[in-house]
Amino acid sequence: MTRVVHKFTRRVPKWQPRVTPVKLDEATPAQLDALKVTPSNTKVSDYVLTLAHDVESLAVRSPLFNAIMYDEGGMSRAERELGALAASMVNRCIYCAAVHADRHAQLENSTEVTDRLFSDGADADLNQRDAAIFAFARKLSEAPPKATAEDMRALRDAGLENEEILDLILSASLFGWANRLMHVLGDPVRQEESQ
Amino acid sequence: MSLFQMTTPGTASVSPNSALAEVIRTRANIFEMTEAAEKAVLCPKDTGSLPHDLRASIAARIAAKAGDTTLAARYLEKANALALVSDPAKDGGADHALIVQFVDKAANATKDIVSTDIADLQAAGVSDADIVRLCELVAFVAYQLRVVAGLRLLHGQTA
Repeated sequence: MTRVVHKFTRRVPKWQPRVTPVKLDEATPAQLDALKVTPSNTKVSDYVLTLAHDVESLAVRSPLFNAIMYDEGGMSRAERELGALAASMVNRCIYCAAVHADRHAQLENSTEVTDRLFSDGADADLNQRDAAIFAFARKLSEAPPKATAEDMRALRDAGLENEEILDLILSASLFGWANRLMHVLGDPVRQEESQ
Repeated sequence: MSLFQMTTPGTASVSPNSALAEVIRTRANIFEMTEAAEKAVLCPKDTGSLPHDLRASIAARIAAKAGDTTLAARYLEKANALALVSDPAKDGGADHALIVQFVDKAANATKDIVSTDIADLQAAGVSDADIVRLCELVAFVAYQLRVVAGLRLLHGQTA
């Protein structure tokens, strides 16, 4: 028995698709290529198998995702995770929020920031830099986007360089994309413990 | 195509000689991949049952609804606008009403999407592959319009 998770958590749930994923043994050569399936790597998540229905998008999205979140220089990894988390909270993507809150906590070696965000949301008491980053990413993620010149000024006042701000724009926006796949195409679930 | 002719920096009116251009060049790979992703959702080889004109019209609708008429116009440059879809004040007409209803919710009220939104598409005969294609399109446009909005703000501060 599984139940859908509705509350923000750092404990990453299982993702259960709402559509039928591509079956690996029925995948086309193009799908196998985009899935990066090799004889020694046959493990593919239900999420990626679901996205394999649109193989042209999947093939370009994975390297783009990695570049935005992990390329050298610019904003720190932890702060990019904060941008991802802000978007995921606006869109209530429980799965993405869990993954990226957990990564932030690991990178910072502290759960303090994500504890406060999950508990108090936009009102969380954060240091000036984190507060400016979270507020900008949160407002950019709203529909329509509501970030303003004032929010941009707050980033500069908090000491962010142009290269860091560009990475923040990219990471928050990227999760406007990821959330609309993860949250729309599936449910975050947990196995109920048997009594 | 030069970096600054691509849709994302181009729509944000980033001039190649501006201070912001130098910043964008540090992430040229990301803007090139973004352009490739745009092609994959707007004009893929395998369209499923979502032809290029419909895709461009859906993208234009999302951009217009977000207040970005420049980006909306850019999506329609190479496609015929299906006015009932591209105009956010219209409901898609008989042919596209259900898809348009789903697009509006997924783009603008993402947090409110529930499993029945997907089940309703399936019940109407939309294939799982087309549902994924539709979500990739909506999701990509949501990303691109926010990068453009962010670049415009960054531009305002560095000009």
